[in-house]
Amino acid sequence: MLEIKNLHVKLEEEDKQILKGVDLKVEPGTVHAIMGPNGSGKSTLSYVLSGREGYEVTDGEASLEGEDLLDLEPEERAAAGLFLAFQYPVEIPGVGNMTFLRTAANAQRKARGEAELSAAEFLRLIRERAKELDIDAEMLKRPVNVGFSGGEKKRNEILQMAVLEPKMCILDETDSGLDVDAMKLVAQGVNALRAEDRSFLVITHYQRLLDHIKPDVVHIMANGRIVQSGGPELALEVENNGYADILKSVA
Amino acid sequence: MAAPAVKTDGAEAFLSAFPEPSGEASWAREARRRAVERFRQQGVPVRRDEYWKYTDPTGLTVLPAREAAVLDTDEAPVFDVLDSLKIVFVDGEFSAELSDDFSLENVEIERLEDVLKLDIHWARDLFGVLEGNGQTPVARPLAVLNTARATDGVVIRVTGKVAKPISLRYLHRSPSSDAQIRHLVKVEAGAEATILEAGPAAARFNNVMEIEVAPTASLHHVRAQGRDHERQAVTGLFARLGEESTFKSFTLSVNGRMTRNECVLEFTGDNAVAHVAGACAGDDDFHHDDTVFITHDGLNCESRQVFKKVLRSGATGVFQGKILVKEGAQKTDGYQISQGLLLDDDSNFLAKPELEIYADDVVCSHGSTCGAVDETSLFYLRSRGISRAAAEELLVLAFLDEAIVEIEDDVLADEIRDRLAGWLARRRA
Ligand SMILES: Nc1ncnc2c1ncn2[C@@H]1O[C@H](COP(=O)(O)OP(=O)(O)OP(=O)(O)O)[C@@H](O)[C@H]1O
Ligand SMILES: [Mg+2]
Repeated sequence: MLEIKNLHVKLEEEDKQILKGVDLKVEPGTVHAIMGPNGSGKSTLSYVLSGREGYEVTDGEASLEGEDLLDLEPEERAAAGLFLAFQYPVEIPGVGNMTFLRTAANAQRKARGEAELSAAEFLRLIRERAKELDIDAEMLKRPVNVGFSGGEKKRNEILQMAVLEPKMCILDETDSGLDVDAMKLVAQGVNALRAEDRSFLVITHYQRLLDHIKPDVVHIMANGRIVQSGGPELALEVENNGYADILKSVA
Repeated sequence: MAAPAVKTDGAEAFLSAFPEPSGEASWAREARRRAVERFRQQGVPVRRDEYWKYTDPTGLTVLPAREAAVLDTDEAPVFDVLDSLKIVFVDGEFSAELSDDFSLENVEIERLEDVLKLDIHWARDLFGVLEGNGQTPVARPLAVLNTARATDGVVIRVTGKVAKPISLRYLHRSPSSDAQIRHLVKVEAGAEATILEAGPAAARFNNVMEIEVAPTASLHHVRAQGRDHERQAVTGLFARLGEESTFKSFTLSVNGRMTRNECVLEFTGDNAVAHVAGACAGDDDFHHDDTVFITHDGLNCESRQVFKKVLRSGATGVFQGKILVKEGAQKTDGYQISQGLLLDDDSNFLAKPELEIYADDVVCSHGSTCGAVDETSLFYLRSRGISRAAAEELLVLAFLDEAIVEIEDDVLADEIRDRLAGWLARRRA
């Protein structure tokens, strides 16, 4: 599904190398988790994959189902099936959540040569998905993320994912700021989407989310590289002992 | 102090180019005479005048007026979505043929030229009076010229709740028309009306409206200035607001080469509310100027100014807004925001917000920003599959929406949104 080889990334404006050779392969239908200390480059990886400006790829490659991602515009990557749930969802005053989602869903459909959803079809779809995530209709009418609590913003990210039905979902700390119940809802939302032809890359600091979304593979990222990969037990080790032992062993 | 010769010569040229109206009642003649005197004293505006620093008035003061090509469009007129009483002016002249009958419940509508011939008429207390009050501390010579010479327009007296909007529609047919229009509006106590204005009007258009909103009365004013690319316009809204009255005015401007919208409001009673808002979008040599002056002279009045300008490929937006809180105008709530959204590096937004406060128990705030489309928001939208162009359009409309939501009628607000979306769509690469 997603294949990253030797990815090197620096900041465009500064001479600062952030990713220093990331290798990662996510098979269809699997859930991978990435953990790692603050500032290790996890969000940067997710931004570079989704096409945010300000980064320069100095070496390596990234592809989605064999298609080179790095040459595509962000909207083309989305249409190809990539989705990023942001660590910090953006507030957009003046743009209604509903309008936003419908514009996005139909833009992707159009880009893939599929028929656009009618207003009624879309309404049905979004109502159903929103209900599953306990998002009320009033939140759908509000401007995108404006006045949403931290937890509501994260649930809104998952709602977008549920409506857009991407193939490769990257979740950047979607669990941070969520209370226990909201975390369960989010995990349910993710689990409901799990499918043979859909993969997940879950960036998190905590084992707790991984109790609900069982990962197949756990990676540890440090200083711009993936330094260790293993099964779910790796997340437990981090939870119990922190990163010190792992970092020492790979140093 | 006598005005410099360029200013006074300019004034004389206008006074001879536009003939002195004849056959009017003595009060009207007196108002005209005083206006001629004021105009001679002030002279025409020039760039050196403090309130014309950001806007070159030449296009408004040259004689003859510069020609403006008539835009060929098959678009439906702006406010057609709503049932209204239509009053049509072609190049500044009233057209009985194109207008509806003036009869409508709870409102009296007359033509200005008829009213100015009557010995006794309530218009006497308004005509040239509110404009005259609005001349200090800032001179507004083109409004003075309008009092001196304009003959066409309507005189509206609202006596109750009017069932449908009164729609003033300005058609532009002659590329060389130099039109002046004057309207007088009085909304009596407890009465309520909506007045719409739309259309490019003329190659050059000088439009003044004097408005009295009596205690507990309410007036909504929604205006769409567009869309002839070369037309030049100066407008003046002079309103006096009584106790517990409401006045809301919104202006959409798309295109036109040069527009100066002046708005002078005065609260004379307590507990009144006034909102003035504007959304404009323009490109190339588009120049758009909102100049607002709000005087609080009553207790507990609320004024709100929201002005948003989207500018591209060399366009210029100007905002000069002042809130004056007089001594004793306690509990004043004054808010002012002006924002420019620049779609490229060639465009300009210039703002001069001013507060002058002589009361101690007031809340007044103002803010002005100018910037490009927010990259973070743009990326967020694009990451969901929305193209750069469509995302930018969404953000531009969102930016303007803070002004558009000031329109109370949702149908009108949506109509304005559609027109702005159309403007953006025509520019899509
Ligand atoms: N645009 C930028 N300008 C300056 N520094 C940046 C920028 N983007 C990333 N960095 C730096 O790159 C490093 C990696 O940041 P990144 O956000 O990817 O870390 P992270 O692993 O997601 O951390 P966290 O766990 O705190 O979310 C940090 O040192 C960060 O300060
Ligand atoms: Mg991060």
